[in-house]
Amino acid sequence: MKSAVIVFPGSNCDRDLAVAFRDATGQAPEMVWHRDTNIPDGVDVIGVPGGFSYGDYLRSGAMAARSPIMRAVAVAAGRGVKVIGICNGFQILTEAGLLPGVLMRNAGINFVCRNVELEIGSSQSVFTNRYQAGEKIAMPVAHHDGNYEADTETLDRLEGEGRIAFRYAEEVNGSARNIAGILNDAGNVLGMMPHPERMIEAAHGRSDGRRLFEGLFELVAA
Amino acid sequence: MKTRVYVTLKTGVLDPQGKAIHHALEGLGFTGVNDVRAGKLIELDITDSVSDDDIDAMCRKLLANTVIENYRIERA
Repeated sequence: MKSAVIVFPGSNCDRDLAVAFRDATGQAPEMVWHRDTNIPDGVDVIGVPGGFSYGDYLRSGAMAARSPIMRAVAVAAGRGVKVIGICNGFQILTEAGLLPGVLMRNAGINFVCRNVELEIGSSQSVFTNRYQAGEKIAMPVAHHDGNYEADTETLDRLEGEGRIAFRYAEEVNGSARNIAGILNDAGNVLGMMPHPERMIEAAHGRSDGRRLFEGLFELVAA
Repeated sequence: MKTRVYVTLKTGVLDPQGKAIHHALEGLGFTGVNDVRAGKLIELDITDSVSDDDIDAMCRKLLANTVIENYRIERA
């Protein structure tokens, strides 16, 4: 099982994500620099980590989305490689056009940094197969631009096709339809604002994020 | 040659930053401000060989996120 974590200047969750990948697979992921132009052969899962890539210049994720490695990530995603973007990674995936919509400034303007309650929107994905639909879990959020917006047609489609993977079970940032995480139409790309990699062991207080990585890597290996 | 690109939020898109500025203006005692919308001004110094279409492509591909933003190009 080979995995990769993309590293941009300003990423700060890349090592946490690498630990989560390593714990779930027993093998450390390849760390791939943003200037690289290809994903190492045989990689089945790509992580786009949180942080403040390029200092959030222009728009959060805008510069990273146009970096050389993201062209390779788009090609890999098109081949069915699983891609998970967390926090800034979610912003990057929307800016790159791999996921619909946009993450705007939080409706309350403040940076939100706390544990929030989430509801599993769909358990029918490679990322959420270890959860039950409707199950309530907790994960930390830490973002300024997490207010998910898209046009009504897109929101209806996401809802109708079961592509809302996670919803906030409480008011967090003004996101349309409480969206915390969405899937692409093929179901192999997930973007989410909460941080599953920050909740994978007892020392983190809870381990609700662990099942995401275990379920994902088990299905991909099968 | 200087070219200015104005990037603004589309009508109807919530602008928390504009709202905060509005509140701050009211806090300073300014009255009569109905609404505030914040945007960006990007100045490009370009050669004559750059066409209008090129600048438009720059806006669509990077400078504006057309899901939520409009842009206006002003060539000097």
